[in-house]
Amino acid sequence: MTIVRDEMAYDVVIVGGGPAGLSTAIRLKQLNADLSVCVLEKGSEIGAHILSGAVVDPRAMDELLPDWRDSDCPLAQTPVTDNWHWVLTRKGHYAMPHALMPPFMSNEGCYTTSLGNLCRWLGGKAEELGVEIFPGFPASEVLFDDSGALIGVQTGDMGVDREGQPKGDFQPGMRLLARYTVLAEGARGHLTKRVKAQFDLERDCQPQVYGLGIKELWDIDPEKHVPGRVLHTQGWPLSESESWGGGFLYHQAGGQVALGFVTALDYKNPHVSPYEEFQRWKQHPSIRAILEGGKRVSYGARVINEGGWQSVPQLAFPGGVLAGCSAGFVNVPRIKGSHTAMKSGILAAEAISAALAAGRGGDTLADYDAAVRDSWIASELKLVQNAQPLVAKFGGALGTVLAGADMWARVLKVNPFGPMQHHTDAEATGRADLYKPIAYPKADGVISFDRLTNVSYSFTNHEEEQPCHLRLKDASVPVSVNLPIYAGPEARYCPAGVYEFLGEGAEKRLQINAQNCLHCKTCDIKDTTGNIDWATPEGGGGPNYPNM
Amino acid sequence: MKIVVPVKRVLDYNVKPRVKADGSGVDLANVKMSMNPFDEIAVEEAVRLKEQGTASEVVVVSVGPAKASETLRSALAMGADRAIHVVSEDEVEPLAVAKILKGVVVDETPDLVILGKQAIDDDSNQVGQMLAALLGRPQGTFASKVEMDGASVLVTREVDGGLETVRLALPAIVTTDLRLNEPRYASLPNIMKAKSKPLAAKAPADYGVDITPRLKVLQVKEPAQRSAGIKIADVDALIGKLKELGVA
Amino acid sequence: MTVLVWAEHNGVALKDATLNAVTAAAQLGAVHVLVAGFGVDSVAAQAAQIAGVEKVLVADDAAYAHGLAENIAPLVVAVMADHDAFVATATTTGKNIAPRVAALLDVAQLSEILSVEGPKTFTRPIYAGNAIATVESSDAKLVITARGTAFAKAEATGGSAVIETVSGAGESGLSSFIGAELAKSERPELTSAKIIVSGGRALKDADTFAATILPLADKLGAAVGASRAAVDAGYVSNDYQVGQTGKIVAPEVYVAVGISGAIQHLAGMKDSKTIIAINKDEDAPIFQVADFGLVADLYTAVPELTGKL
Repeated sequence: MTIVRDEMAYDVVIVGGGPAGLSTAIRLKQLNADLSVCVLEKGSEIGAHILSGAVVDPRAMDELLPDWRDSDCPLAQTPVTDNWHWVLTRKGHYAMPHALMPPFMSNEGCYTTSLGNLCRWLGGKAEELGVEIFPGFPASEVLFDDSGALIGVQTGDMGVDREGQPKGDFQPGMRLLARYTVLAEGARGHLTKRVKAQFDLERDCQPQVYGLGIKELWDIDPEKHVPGRVLHTQGWPLSESESWGGGFLYHQAGGQVALGFVTALDYKNPHVSPYEEFQRWKQHPSIRAILEGGKRVSYGARVINEGGWQSVPQLAFPGGVLAGCSAGFVNVPRIKGSHTAMKSGILAAEAISAALAAGRGGDTLADYDAAVRDSWIASELKLVQNAQPLVAKFGGALGTVLAGADMWARVLKVNPFGPMQHHTDAEATGRADLYKPIAYPKADGVISFDRLTNVSYSFTNHEEEQPCHLRLKDASVPVSVNLPIYAGPEARYCPAGVYEFLGEGAEKRLQINAQNCLHCKTCDIKDTTGNIDWATPEGGGGPNYPNM
Repeated sequence: MKIVVPVKRVLDYNVKPRVKADGSGVDLANVKMSMNPFDEIAVEEAVRLKEQGTASEVVVVSVGPAKASETLRSALAMGADRAIHVVSEDEVEPLAVAKILKGVVVDETPDLVILGKQAIDDDSNQVGQMLAALLGRPQGTFASKVEMDGASVLVTREVDGGLETVRLALPAIVTTDLRLNEPRYASLPNIMKAKSKPLAAKAPADYGVDITPRLKVLQVKEPAQRSAGIKIADVDALIGKLKELGVA
Repeated sequence: MTVLVWAEHNGVALKDATLNAVTAAAQLGAVHVLVAGFGVDSVAAQAAQIAGVEKVLVADDAAYAHGLAENIAPLVVAVMADHDAFVATATTTGKNIAPRVAALLDVAQLSEILSVEGPKTFTRPIYAGNAIATVESSDAKLVITARGTAFAKAEATGGSAVIETVSGAGESGLSSFIGAELAKSERPELTSAKIIVSGGRALKDADTFAATILPLADKLGAAVGASRAAVDAGYVSNDYQVGQTGKIVAPEVYVAVGISGAIQHLAGMKDSKTIIAINKDEDAPIFQVADFGLVADLYTAVPELTGKL
């Protein structure tokens, strides 16, 4: 059957309605109101798939929309007032005094907010400027011309059955052509993955590595709520499995706290369950005390880039650029990437606008790549390239307080003794028989919850009659490789319980509950043999995060 | 033949409502809102009647806040021809909605009004019946099949225990049940086209309707939670429990 | 306050739903029952037996034979001249008629009330029961539908109400009844059953579902339900679906077999008086709401249970 596809041409097509994509769109229209700019967003609305802590450095907001503080922006609601850093032991904690923290770790001047709500607000600003935003329409394919340049994207087909055949309500995806296409998909974007391979964009950098952030939003006892207080923890419980990561807990507007736990995905012990680590972290007496009497109202998960400056790929290629977490500008010790994502979007817009004004299109925007490498993004990320040596210097004077080294620096995987080497997170996974299984406590249903109940608080849904969007390159690998050698880690690393091993003995099989998927991308990264390919499901599918 | 389809913007059906801590209602800030699913079915039915050549125009109406215009755009993208937005930032109760819709019907003189049987937020299940009463016209509620037949419409209704068919003289009011049809996706080209379809803004006062609420919501709370009971050892113990309950 | 209760009947016998409505109405005031139909003397006689009913009003006319709202609503409005409130059970008949009555009386309707909190104050579910609103009416007259399962049934006998005849405008000429196709079922109806046996995805396929669940339901005289996962997997048709998007049930006893207890399903059955769960996975969320949980393989436990009953 030949599918007839509608086509529409824009000056710029932006894939992804997050901080980077929306900043690109806004700056483009600020520079030239006549440009036609379209943003595709796979979530059912702007913000639906945005998940972050977040403590936001407003530096890029000041550059993009200088009057944001006076424009009902949700970011302005809660300035950080109080910054704590705890090292957790099994039963207690000690606070790391501010004086011992490197200065870039300060959150002075920052704000804690729901990044999803900030994006909703930015989306409104973009629409006011005339940007066309299409939520519920994922860009599922990249389109190239004969010369190999990117010329746009194609949105996903709707109304396709499980076997890939069109149903009665079939709606073919549309071809959106652009003089420049901006991939701002967030961490591990699936089109970014293809473009990185197509143009070998990682030829001069280290492979990207990731952490899995799992988050809950709670209404807490008003007596315990201190708006603007932010807390980070390191140490227990990941110390037990010699894995890296830590927790966060931010007192935000409306009597809520956003709390979460990031596990670096280079953990070796395949018995680790990032979800269960988060749940037992909440049961730590110091954390539990904050949550008791409160109520969980939302849940979600998303991977974040942790490769740092060393993993930033080539940012421009014929016809397109990478912006935000598609490229990977997270400042890991500061656990912040929104400001750098937005800044990269601004720089992309400036380069694109100048090129369009010069009558160009479809070429490689080397100016953008150079502008990023010459911006405060680079200086900020390069500074923390040396995070560990800095921390070590303070630690030398102050003994064991810092002896374990700041986990956020560890997450950075900086090696002070030579050029750093990243291995992919998948390669890091060790054999199950070499590591101790971990006995995680059962959920109590008050502070900790079973995974599926929590997933229902992500409000995720996928139309059930559609092809599985989690594609196995080789369907036998889960049972023939992952299960015998690694004890089936996908059943544990997935924060949504998508992967389940069912049956006994020879009947053993992997059940993929794709409708639970949170679009976090962990499986695409951590599967031991890279056998899982995350593709876009039907538009509008996935979580519907409120205030996340 | 003209069809009027009222639609409502509600909390998306995937999202579990969160009751506000102060008991004043359900928190709708920054959560996904969508067209009421039963209303989508109503729009679909009307658009299908148009595609079959039975209807010539489909007019969608929404009574609600400024953002309800997005819901109307969705209906236009599904294939409706034009929209009327009766803007009210205040909550409008079903009776007042029905009175506003009566005004719309008097202006538009449609042959058929198709509505969702209920909105999934307040679960009232009233507007269609009330509109029919105010207009003195027949109603075919909970429709699972709608067939035009000359000057009348045959409506198969989902009733407790089965199906029932009634014949209604036109103009008539029909409310949709889940199984009437499966609404289409609005395609991207149609969403783009919908941006230029006409959308008229009105106010309740334009129809002379007083929207002062008749009902006062004193409190909204979560339903009582069930707690876990006991685990029983085996089937014999289970039979014992069933006997205690008087069912075995 | 005098309350007019809508009698649910099939032309020959009174339906139990009427008894729930009488209980709700009795909490407001004196109860009168309106029996509208054609040739409904026996129904009226039954209604007069209900404990607590003062008066039965009978409107006997061919126009009222099929409960067409266009004909019934003006009748109710006429009778409401002497009453302060109208109460119908929230069946498809009650839901069809009551709002039409409310609009003609120019009053707001209170839908699916769960309790009577005061002369004009009620609780009712919103957001598919995910929230309960307490609502006060400011109207002079009340029009109410009551959720049947929220009110106990009044005693069907023991009363001795007087029977009076009333009449309305009769045929409106707006609508006509063509026919009905009632689902034939030996088993009780899902929404009104005292006992429900429900099966989930663990039942593998349609044959296994039938072979496992039906014999147990027959032994218990129970209605059969299913989780959305079982319906989606094609084990049974969607009439069986219990849950937020299916039927909301509240039987005396709900037996969940091989149902994990997704929130969506729990929303449809959590008001059951007693919940029994049989599931192999002891961490299944269903056990968090079950009064009695049996952790067992359903393929051995259910046949054993059926055999021993």
